[in-house]
Amino acid sequence: MSQASNPDKYYVPEGSWWPLVSTIALFVIFLGAALTFNIGATGSPVLILGFLLLLVVFVGWFGVVIRESENGLYNSQVDVSFRMGMLWFIFSEVMFFAAFFGALYYARIYSVPWIGGEGAGEATNEFLWPEFKSAWPLLSPPSEYGFTEFKETIGAWGVPFWNTMILLTSGGTVTWAHWGLIREDRKQLIIGLALTVLLGIIFVLMQAEEYMHAYGDLGLTLNSGIYGATFFMLTGFHGFHVSMGTLMLAVILFRAMKGHFTPKNHFAFEAVAWYWHFVDVVWIGLFIFVYWI
Amino acid sequence: MADSMNLDSGHHEHHAPSGWTRWLTTTNHKDIGSMYLIFSLIMFFIGGAMAMIIRLELFQPGLQFVDPQFYNSMVTMHALIMIFGVVMPAWTGFANWLIPMMIGAPDMALPRLNNWSFWILPFAFSLLLLTLFIPGGAPAGGWTMYPPLVLQTGAAFPFLIFAVHFLGASSIGGAINVLATVFNMRAPGMTLLKLPLFVWTWIITGFLLIASLPVLAGAVTMLLTDKYFGTSFFSAAGGGDPVMFQHIFWFFGHPEVYILILPAFGVVSAIIPTFARKPLFGYQSMVYAVAAIAFLSFIVWAHHMFTVGMPLAGELFFMYTTILIAVPTGVKVFNWVATMWKGAMTFETPMLFALGFVILFTIGGFSGLMLGVTPVDFQYHDTYFVVAHFHYVLVTGAIYSLIAATYFWLPKWTGHMYNETLGKWHFWLSTISVNVLFFPQHFLGLAGMPRRIPDYSVQFAEFNMISSIGGWVYGLSQLLFVYIIIKCVRGGKKASDRVWDGAHGLEWTLASPAPYHSFDTPPDPSTIEGGVR
Ligand code: HEM
Ligand SMILES: [Cu+2]
Repeated sequence: MSQASNPDKYYVPEGSWWPLVSTIALFVIFLGAALTFNIGATGSPVLILGFLLLLVVFVGWFGVVIRESENGLYNSQVDVSFRMGMLWFIFSEVMFFAAFFGALYYARIYSVPWIGGEGAGEATNEFLWPEFKSAWPLLSPPSEYGFTEFKETIGAWGVPFWNTMILLTSGGTVTWAHWGLIREDRKQLIIGLALTVLLGIIFVLMQAEEYMHAYGDLGLTLNSGIYGATFFMLTGFHGFHVSMGTLMLAVILFRAMKGHFTPKNHFAFEAVAWYWHFVDVVWIGLFIFVYWI
Repeated sequence: MADSMNLDSGHHEHHAPSGWTRWLTTTNHKDIGSMYLIFSLIMFFIGGAMAMIIRLELFQPGLQFVDPQFYNSMVTMHALIMIFGVVMPAWTGFANWLIPMMIGAPDMALPRLNNWSFWILPFAFSLLLLTLFIPGGAPAGGWTMYPPLVLQTGAAFPFLIFAVHFLGASSIGGAINVLATVFNMRAPGMTLLKLPLFVWTWIITGFLLIASLPVLAGAVTMLLTDKYFGTSFFSAAGGGDPVMFQHIFWFFGHPEVYILILPAFGVVSAIIPTFARKPLFGYQSMVYAVAAIAFLSFIVWAHHMFTVGMPLAGELFFMYTTILIAVPTGVKVFNWVATMWKGAMTFETPMLFALGFVILFTIGGFSGLMLGVTPVDFQYHDTYFVVAHFHYVLVTGAIYSLIAATYFWLPKWTGHMYNETLGKWHFWLSTISVNVLFFPQHFLGLAGMPRRIPDYSVQFAEFNMISSIGGWVYGLSQLLFVYIIIKCVRGGKKASDRVWDGAHGLEWTLASPAPYHSFDTPPDPSTIEGGVR
């Protein structure tokens, strides 16, 4: 097993049960979720079992990879493969968010104005909901049946603005940590990462606070017509990604404290940092298009 | 615990692992490629059985064998299986088997991700096929999953949505792997413009997959929340729009059809030069044409929605971009024909299927052009004409090239020649029957027979009867394919390393059957000829 020291030789990892086990975990999760949707809480033990299995997979599979990496099994070609894989994965995430941004755009530019009678929607408006006036934010949906109206939206310049500042700062702290890693300044690495994790946690907490405010005081819910739908889907998936990112950063912090990573070999750190920047950029999009304009 | 999950560490590189667990834990591109291909072949017969049921019901007007709900679920499941369970896995299987050998690599770049991407498939299809046995039956709203209809799906609904998510993850994983492999694992001297076209078409396909499948995942996620969490993305009553789903779906859907067909272009571009014994005509223009098609495929999606209602500017824009796709497609067909021009041609089975592809796929391309003309599509939309169109591009396009590729590379994989006589029988039976099956559907569509319907007026009876007979013959002929493959795997004439005297490319420099690890060390750069030669 001296492939790392012999760069002319290719590296192919040995077989592993984890891919199969993780697909089983996902299968159980999907099955559990489908059962829960169909028959209610009776199905949820399956769902929970699935998540537990997935947890085992995360610990196990990443454990193997980390151990192999720390033992110097991966040569620089493997490192590049990992990097490319991560970048393409992030690109797929970008496209996932694009679907929801597209929905927001479509609702604001087309569907709401059309229902309100603009453009080709004159007859639509007249026959469906003649009372309905197009507006954004859409406080009261066209039909009064099945949807909840809400009082006001969450303004951009309160919590969302501070959250923007928090995420931007955290992008800075993670870069500062990276500099520390490259200059072999462990302390700077650890402090930078710890700050980033902390900022991530604060962001998520503030976001949770906002959601409670929206649901409790404003009456803004998933059920508040297209505004609530796009608002919660976009910010919700983003919040989920921030939570995942924070968790990953925490793992990296833990590894940094255990002495992992060298200035040359720290793919995991960079992958998580890239992911963090991606989450950051998505937030900027959210801040502008969901909260601000 | 984690350590015990690793196999025979230390000496794994010297020989192929044995025992059945090898298949479960494998990181080998050939093992995984074989599993993809076998899976795809099995699904081909499951999806095919559903098609046989459809043609049985349509043999005569009136309702005779199945009730309409079940008929609709057959149509829906058939499409989902053929697209996500047959053609896409088959192409990933070929990518696995061939790309490392073609670029001089030992294996795929991310072998465990590779295994993961494969193992999703049986589980995802278990989720989907399970719905056949639950109350309310399988999804029946069509593979396009348009709301509000699809929201009326019963207990099968979340299974459908999650199966789509799951399959998307598999495809994205597979695509990431291919891209990392091609961009990072090429042997020294294998420059980008020396890559075989199959590799090039897969680069572009991989990009299309990563760009479009997450959009589908987003779309079905919105369906899920619309049904269970009270959102109103696709409900006008809440300010959304059911048509918005169609836009998002087809933003995925049209690139998807190119995901299904681009690797076919690569395969045909390998086979025709081999049996015409001439270098491929216009290699670089082929690469640029594929890239152009991929780009255009993102700005044509609403040609599936001409009749749904769009501003006039939209109808025009999407018509022009759609027709524009014919240009790079025409470049490709021209180059294939020019490659054969004055070549020393022989007609072994792979070549027959490749030629069948060129001719019959072009028919599908032409009917696509007709559909792309907005005012004309108003007549044809949702008729059997559309069914004929996409079966010409998918069956005589994608499936034909998959079969051609199988005959072409099977000797390299197994070390044996397949039975040429039986191969020719397979070709002629398939080609005659597939045209009996699908050509009359053009006439049915032009005469106004709607698609996705179990019954029809009596004036359509003759053509439907002819079509059904063609369908059964075609279905039965494919059993011959399985027989030929099994026979070839078991034994047969020993294949030489080059297999075909006109074959060029790194994969033919390896032994037949190909060794377990393709290239342990990079190949000699002087053996790299390049796609242009
Ligand atoms: C010259 C190239 C092509 C053009 C201009 C074209 C055009 C079109 C148009 C306009 C439609 C919509 C017809 C309607 O619903 O009224 C359509 C449907 C379809 N096309 Fe094509 N097409 C082309 C190539 C392909 C290829 C290469 C494939 C797949 C390999 C493909 C697969 C399909 C499928 C599956 C549908 C039906 C989708 C559905 O409604 O379920 N097409 N095509
Ligand atoms: Cu299309």
